Amino acid sequence: MSDGTRGPDTAVAPPAPSFWKQLQRHPMAVASVAVLAGLTLVCAVGPWLVPWEVDAVQLDAIRQPPTVAHPFGTDDLGRDILVRVLHGGRFSILIGVLAAVLGTGLGTLVGAVAGYAGRRVDGVLMRITDVAYAIPSLPLLIVLASYTGSDPVSMALIIGLLSWMTTARVVRGEVLSLKEMAFVEAARSVGAGPSRILGRHILPNALGPIVVGATLAVGNAIVVESSMSFLGLGVQPPTPTWGNMLMDAQASMATTPWLTVFPGVAILLTVLAVNFLGDGLQDALDPRGRER
Amino acid sequence: MAVRPFYWASMAAYTLRRLLQMIPLLFGITVVLFAVIQAAPGGPEGALLESGRFIDPEVIEAYRERLGVDQPVPVQYVRWLGAALRGDLGVSFSTTRPVSEMILERLPATVELMGVAFLLAAVLAFALGTLSAVKPYSWFDNTGTAFSFLGIAMPVFWFALILQLVFGVWLQWLPLSGTRTVGASSFGDHLAHLVLPAVVLSFRYVAGWSRYLRSSLMSALRAHYIRTARAKGLGEGRVVGVHAMRNALIPVVSVMALNLAALFSGAIITETVFAWPGIGRMFVTAMLSRDYPLLMGILMLGSVMVVVFNLVADLVYGWLDPRIRYE
Repeated sequence: MSDGTRGPDTAVAPPAPSFWKQLQRHPMAVASVAVLAGLTLVCAVGPWLVPWEVDAVQLDAIRQPPTVAHPFGTDDLGRDILVRVLHGGRFSILIGVLAAVLGTGLGTLVGAVAGYAGRRVDGVLMRITDVAYAIPSLPLLIVLASYTGSDPVSMALIIGLLSWMTTARVVRGEVLSLKEMAFVEAARSVGAGPSRILGRHILPNALGPIVVGATLAVGNAIVVESSMSFLGLGVQPPTPTWGNMLMDAQASMATTPWLTVFPGVAILLTVLAVNFLGDGLQDALDPRGRER
Repeated sequence: MAVRPFYWASMAAYTLRRLLQMIPLLFGITVVLFAVIQAAPGGPEGALLESGRFIDPEVIEAYRERLGVDQPVPVQYVRWLGAALRGDLGVSFSTTRPVSEMILERLPATVELMGVAFLLAAVLAFALGTLSAVKPYSWFDNTGTAFSFLGIAMPVFWFALILQLVFGVWLQWLPLSGTRTVGASSFGDHLAHLVLPAVVLSFRYVAGWSRYLRSSLMSALRAHYIRTARAKGLGEGRVVGVHAMRNALIPVVSVMALNLAALFSGAIITETVFAWPGIGRMFVTAMLSRDYPLLMGILMLGSVMVVVFNLVADLVYGWLDPRIRYE
């Protein structure tokens, strides 16, 4: 391709490298996708492959350190820790994803409406956001959990309902700047309504920060759920989650350290992978960061 | 620093305006908190009923009347607000002592823990961030990056358990929990009890702030005025420590002020794991016994902290960065 033969119509920017190409420049992010997919798969099908039941009490095999039969050891009721960690993972990952989807969806809705409508609507929605933002979320969640019930779905709902504020602020900012763009003007001039303009023209351009926020929200929700369960104010035993397994582990920590180690490593690994992925997505989805 | 009379006048006006804006915000917070707490089923007598003994319904009605929870919620709210404006946060259901008295009693322990954790995090983050920024992508910097990812992903309570296991149980260097050994009253003994909770609470912020300072200092070091400073023969320590640092600190300090409020949520978990007798642990107890006035008081304290530290963050930002104009 020589410069002399170039026509005027080819003088546009080269097509942006594909999203996957961008993400591949972050080996940790790619590895994280593999780790997260693997963890989800193992938690989903693993409990059927392990020869132990999740709440099968074996009084002849209590407090066993890791062995071949029980790779993660057993607790003080003789329950297999591996199968409990896998079961707990189902709930923790489910809660994380559900809460993140809910929180991001709600935040996007509030932010988009506030940013696009402006004036009074914006003022009212942002004051509500300010109030919600100013209340420390962990104690408020604990109060809410005390009467919504503490099954995994309720936990995901209340965590999601209290984690929309940051997304709302970010999306509002994006919408405020995007709605002044010429292509929005063009869409409006051909008669597109507000919901079409927002849904088809503005929000797709704000997808980067929304997706990054949603990814990080998964990790955050997993940590919040496990913190609440650890305090005894989240998902209640005998339903295992990584958090309430750690609560059980605390009392006998000195004699049975494996009860503390494995659920904690599971949380750490998941959240670490989610954060690396969020980091990679941030660079891959941010058009301004591409020249680096 | 040159005197900037206009600056101080506009700063004072801005502060006053922000303080006035806080009034409706705090009012909104009291409405939300009161509604959330009052919506809990069971009420304070629930704790009595859960004991499983038979209690005469008339006794329960008298109990509810004495606590004032027989009134409609809006009436209760107006009563609470009226008293709260005079500094009276009500009486705890479980101890029948004034809530403000109970909070003030526990506050020093929480402030001590949060203060020490904040200082520790600031000092370590400052040192790590600076060393990383001066030699980016060196082994030290890469270790720091790995460590910061760990610090941000690690759940506070799990890190606490692991440290208790290693330093309290295996090595037996440090006490597991509490504020002092029974019978001992030396300052050193108290400090030994403070080490693990403070390290746990600060870890995440060391990780976060050191990365902020690193990237902020790295971009400051690329500025033209740094080349000028080097060209006129200043030592590297002065270039980094004075010229670049002043500008690099601006975003970091405001993040630090904002995070002060988040330390409060972290303190709830840390205090519970380490049996530290502060506000956070009192919150968990109040939660379990449905002590509404105490819960309301603690949540209000937390919210006021968030609002105040937000204002502090904005003011510090403007103080450090004279380019910011307060209109």
